[in-house]
Amino acid sequence: MSGTFVGMPAFPVAAHEAVGNTTLRANLRHATHTIRDKRAKAVAELDDWALLREAGKQIKDHTLRHLDTYLVQLEEAVTAAGGVVHWAADAAEANRIVTRLVKETGESEVVKVKSMATQEIGLNEALEEAGIAAYETDLAELIVQLGHDRPSHILVPAIHRNRGEIRDIFAKEMGEWGRPAPEDLTDTPADLAEAARLHLREKFLRAKVGISGANFMVAETGTLVVVESEGNGRMCLTLPETLISVVGIEKIVPTWRDLEVFLQTLPRSSTAERMNPYTSMWTGTSDTETADGPRAFHLVLLDNGRTDTLADEVGRQALRCIRCSACLNVCPVYERAGGHAYGSVYPGPIGAILSPQLRGTTSEIDASLPYASSLCGACYEVCPVAIDIPEVLVHLRERVVQGGPATRQGNRVVLKPAKGHAAERAAMRAAGWAFVHPGALRAGQRVASRTRRFHPRTLPGPGRAWSATRDLPQVPAEPFRDWWQRTHGKKESGK
Amino acid sequence: MSSRDIILGRVRRALGEAPRGDAQTSYETAVDREYRREHGSRTTEETVGLLAANLADYRAIVHRCQDEEELPDLIMRLLAARGPQYVLVPPGLPPEWMSAADPTRVHDRAVSTTHDVDKVGSVVTGCAVAVAETGTIVLDGSPDQGRRRITLIPDHHICVVRVPDQVVSSVPQALERLDPTRPLTWISGPSATSDIELDRVEGVHGPRTLEVVLVSGE
Repeated sequence: MSGTFVGMPAFPVAAHEAVGNTTLRANLRHATHTIRDKRAKAVAELDDWALLREAGKQIKDHTLRHLDTYLVQLEEAVTAAGGVVHWAADAAEANRIVTRLVKETGESEVVKVKSMATQEIGLNEALEEAGIAAYETDLAELIVQLGHDRPSHILVPAIHRNRGEIRDIFAKEMGEWGRPAPEDLTDTPADLAEAARLHLREKFLRAKVGISGANFMVAETGTLVVVESEGNGRMCLTLPETLISVVGIEKIVPTWRDLEVFLQTLPRSSTAERMNPYTSMWTGTSDTETADGPRAFHLVLLDNGRTDTLADEVGRQALRCIRCSACLNVCPVYERAGGHAYGSVYPGPIGAILSPQLRGTTSEIDASLPYASSLCGACYEVCPVAIDIPEVLVHLRERVVQGGPATRQGNRVVLKPAKGHAAERAAMRAAGWAFVHPGALRAGQRVASRTRRFHPRTLPGPGRAWSATRDLPQVPAEPFRDWWQRTHGKKESGK
Repeated sequence: MSSRDIILGRVRRALGEAPRGDAQTSYETAVDREYRREHGSRTTEETVGLLAANLADYRAIVHRCQDEEELPDLIMRLLAARGPQYVLVPPGLPPEWMSAADPTRVHDRAVSTTHDVDKVGSVVTGCAVAVAETGTIVLDGSPDQGRRRITLIPDHHICVVRVPDQVVSSVPQALERLDPTRPLTWISGPSATSDIELDRVEGVHGPRTLEVVLVSGE
């Protein structure tokens, strides 16, 4: 699979195809189960996990509630430390800013550390159109980029590829971009990592411009934090002369001290480690005396649907997300469907609530995402900032089916019900009518009970596919309302 | 209208007209910080032991040294085992640490290019603080640690930690000791990836070998 996310089929179609891919399912099952078991152990080491989780939730909620204040404070702190802050209302504007900044350096290539935000806005494609080559340097992102593919997991984007596929991609593609893979490249992970090391090192050593995202931004000090494992992040943040960081406005924490919560919860939730191998923190640019790191630092603050999400009091909690990916690894739907089916850089349960809020629910794929869940609640249990993903899913289903008020690009709009949900909408309307007409409800239930001998085992017409793999629920011999009336009715009336 | 004004305006509309109070003053009470400052109770010696165990668990190689007098010999032996031609040292590294070492010492200079640094096999540094619960060493660019790139490009990093002075139990205690305005690098074990079928491979871009020397002081 290759290409962009635009025009992706709706989740059920994409998921149906993915479920038929046995390699993908085996890779995913192995990976998600391995990480989830390790994560449980790492979390169990901290007996105050519940308190850390609650503190993380409260810090993020408070920040969102005062986001304007903290954005202004961050801007002042970054500027005071020698950085330049840019504001981007949408993807196109962010891409224009970054493209201009790169062009001003006179360079035509950049090295990138993995960044969800730049994937979200399609920065690599925008740079390519402007004649700038952007090299992804995270091993998994490199596999994805060389394979003309798309990421399928937040933390391990090439999780859908096995070692044989990766070997073939390296052997075929590395030479096109720089140092080719060795002739005798095997498919052992150590050999593959070595090939990536050699291929990328020549790029790191000559790169003049680095592009990153950030895991956290500290409003109080203007400090940015990048959490990673391989050292490619350190390379991109340290060696280039110019560093451009594109960061969503929700990544702020108010104070330096707040990092003590997230630096404990993020690594354990994501890679199931006590601490990830490398964390880099920098505040503006280094002074000329130490000359440690880039001389020019640009921070691009990205909205791109985040303020619209903030306007939704139920959905707003999705902005607490620290992109740990724990929810993906416990999700029975993700495990079977894989990340591509979600049609977004944010797959899994968090993607199912984030993408339709960032992009709106008008497209077919976005309208289908709130349904990409069994509502089992496992994602909520593992979330280190306690996002009630099932609550938001149900809230968004309501919006898809019924329409209603929402905010798009800062404007209050009233959404129409999405197409393709006519049957469900009709059923919901009928149910609503029945509930306010108790006589009709009672009569209907009695009819259902008395005709139960004649009920089919499967549904006719459009419901057939649904009932092909399920038994229809049995209708009881007597409606509950009648049973209550018969056994308790007299007592109540006798009071 | 600038995008700054547009975004801030959208944020304010999204949050509604209701009074929100002053962010900074309400923040003190907005967050329950009942989580622990450290996990479990340990003696100083046990904390150092935990640091050593957690470093080793993430495949750093740990050495203990009774006092600073033993240090030059140990560093010499560690370098001899790897046999690099050049060793990079930050400007403020105590010179006696390297007094027994054979390889040619080179200093990181502003004029040296990344390619120059790439020719170096090993680097020896001190550290700012080490975190026992996570097995982490933190560098803050002080004179005995040097610029960030010197501990990044060479393949072999020897980091000297003074115990127990430089050791804290936990992440909250480490943050208290650090200055956010300095360039900070937190290192937990050598560079690693699990991107290929979740098999852990040490070393992709950063040093593939991390040796931590715990020197008992005073």
